[in-house]
Amino acid sequence: MSVNVMVLAEHTDGQVSDGTYELIGQARALAAALGGVTEVALLGRADLAGQLGPADVVVCVEHPALEEYVPEAYERALLEVLAQRSPRLLLLSNATIGLDLGAALSVHWDAPLAAYVSALEIDGGAVVATAQILGGKVLAEVELPGRRGIATLLGGAFGADLGAAGAGPEVVHVAPPAGLGALRMSLRSVVGPDGGDIDISAADLLVSVGRGIESQENLETVQELADALGAPLSASRPVVDAGWLPKSRQVGQSGLKVKPRVYLAFGISGAPEHLEGMRRSEMIIACNTDPGAPIFGVAHYGTTLDLFDLVPELVDKVRG
Amino acid sequence: MRIVVPIKAVPDLVEEIDLAADETGIDREYLTFVISEWDAQALEEALLLKDAGGAEVVAVGLADDPDIDQLLYTALAKGADAAVKLTGAGAAGPSGPSGTRTADRAALLAAYLDAQPADLVITGVQAADDLDGQLPSRLAALLDLPHVSVVIGVEVGGGSATVRQEFAGGRSHELQVQMPAVIGVQSARQAPRYAPITRIRQAMNAGGLSELAVPARAAGDGLVVRRVHRPEASGKAEMMTGSAGEVAGQIVGLLRARGLVKG
Ligand SMILES: Cc1cc2nc3c(=O)[nH]c(=O)nc-3n(C[C@H](O)[C@H](O)[C@H](O)COP(=O)(O)OP(=O)(O)OC[C@H]3O[C@@H](n4cnc5c(N)ncnc54)[C@H](O)[C@@H]3O)c2cc1C
Repeated sequence: MSVNVMVLAEHTDGQVSDGTYELIGQARALAAALGGVTEVALLGRADLAGQLGPADVVVCVEHPALEEYVPEAYERALLEVLAQRSPRLLLLSNATIGLDLGAALSVHWDAPLAAYVSALEIDGGAVVATAQILGGKVLAEVELPGRRGIATLLGGAFGADLGAAGAGPEVVHVAPPAGLGALRMSLRSVVGPDGGDIDISAADLLVSVGRGIESQENLETVQELADALGAPLSASRPVVDAGWLPKSRQVGQSGLKVKPRVYLAFGISGAPEHLEGMRRSEMIIACNTDPGAPIFGVAHYGTTLDLFDLVPELVDKVRG
Repeated sequence: MRIVVPIKAVPDLVEEIDLAADETGIDREYLTFVISEWDAQALEEALLLKDAGGAEVVAVGLADDPDIDQLLYTALAKGADAAVKLTGAGAAGPSGPSGTRTADRAALLAAYLDAQPADLVITGVQAADDLDGQLPSRLAALLDLPHVSVVIGVEVGGGSATVRQEFAGGRSHELQVQMPAVIGVQSARQAPRYAPITRIRQAMNAGGLSELAVPARAAGDGLVVRRVHRPEASGKAEMMTGSAGEVAGQIVGLLRARGLVKG
């Protein structure tokens, strides 16, 4: 058992993800507090080790089944890495890969797991996590008991540490476990995002709408405002899942990350997965009838007016 | 083909959430509970598979979940073939801050699925309060089954399932998975169907809900909850007050100052 902190690297198209650097930044702070080092598990693409400057150690596993993310392949390889390196803590993204692997690793590696984590600290030797539950309406401060633990971290809640650790990381290799040859699943194809629509991440101003809009017909009201402002309409996930707007308009963890000069949010609660995509906007103005909505935790200006009262007034004022 | 859909009752987030006096959980007494929205998506995906090729869909809930009967009857009204309520969870009350911990939930469901195996287990990718992790992969690990989560579409044929797993930015992977398997659904291929209240009443009157006691397996030590609290007093937003016209005027002023409204 070590006092090291391990991060699972995520990568697509030969590029380590921004979220991985956030995990490494947090891992470095924790490793310093524990007196250990930061290790990064890099599966399938040892050639990307050079992108992991801020880590102390990069642990590679090479196998054809690991080139792209395949849940069972990643799980088996990571369990092998955990068995050999015995970190004190494993940090995963609270996004697809962490949601997919975290709880299974918790069972197989026999370690407690905290999900939706927005802060982590070492308190007198204990690992203490703050988790955002119930859509961000409640924070839970929990201790991960025992000698190892797993946390899945919300994106955007932690700063990315790009500082390099001296001479660059030491690269070590772990032999792929035999189980990688007998997987119960296989990758059929990789599907890219739909193109063709306007790029909401390039807009200076976004008019964004959430489930508070209630129906497709009601979208007309906000569309009118967007047209008057010459801004694209964007949305939270449920509006896209309902088929009212195309996927290319979705803001958030599984949509696009946007950073407009002003983000106008109507009827969006501010769930962590939505905030991840827009919290870095220069200015956020939120309209939500619930004064306890988490969106007001990141907004600069807010109003609890009903969007159906406010939006027509806005249209009038913009049209002058 | 037998598809089991575990469903969970969660507090309706539209309401104000009160904390318990000892600050280690929420006060569940006056809350309304609804189906976790991702479980509603999972049920829809299962019903679409049933519509397409025939499958027996069984909705399963925990007796300890508030309002679970209503949720299971709704599942029946939407087209589930059977609904089962599992007893055996901690009778002493919720083991987590807002209900049964995922670890205990998974242990009960695993005991049920050991006794009555499924070809596919389809459940929601997450619930808003699963502090100790998500159900799909935890359940798969206990049952030693393959799992894929954050799925946006399932098709079956020839003993395997083909699923689309979603990543950031609209990217996805198509995976072929041997059955039996556990799938965590992010969204169904179409919006969840609606069950009219009359059909839910019919389902209640028909009484198709069975209850089953399962031996609870030990789930091991979990997290130790030190404290639950609300986020810092509404963060930093400056709240605008006044009539809709006045607030609209302030917002347009802010946009104009940034050159985002002409004139
Ligand atoms: C793996 C994963 C990835 C995800 N990725 C994303 C993502 O990329 N983007 C995303 O947005 N979500 C994402 N989600 C979903 C996320 O968890 C939330 O479910 C979603 O963001 C909620 O959307 P919402 O705020 O529109 O709806 P709700 O949470 O239902 O909020 C609606 C809000 O509207 C308010 N309201 C209602 N009526 C009015 C009115 N008349 N006037 C003003 N306000 C009103 C209500 O008070 C409420 O706060 C993801 C979830 C998972 C599990």
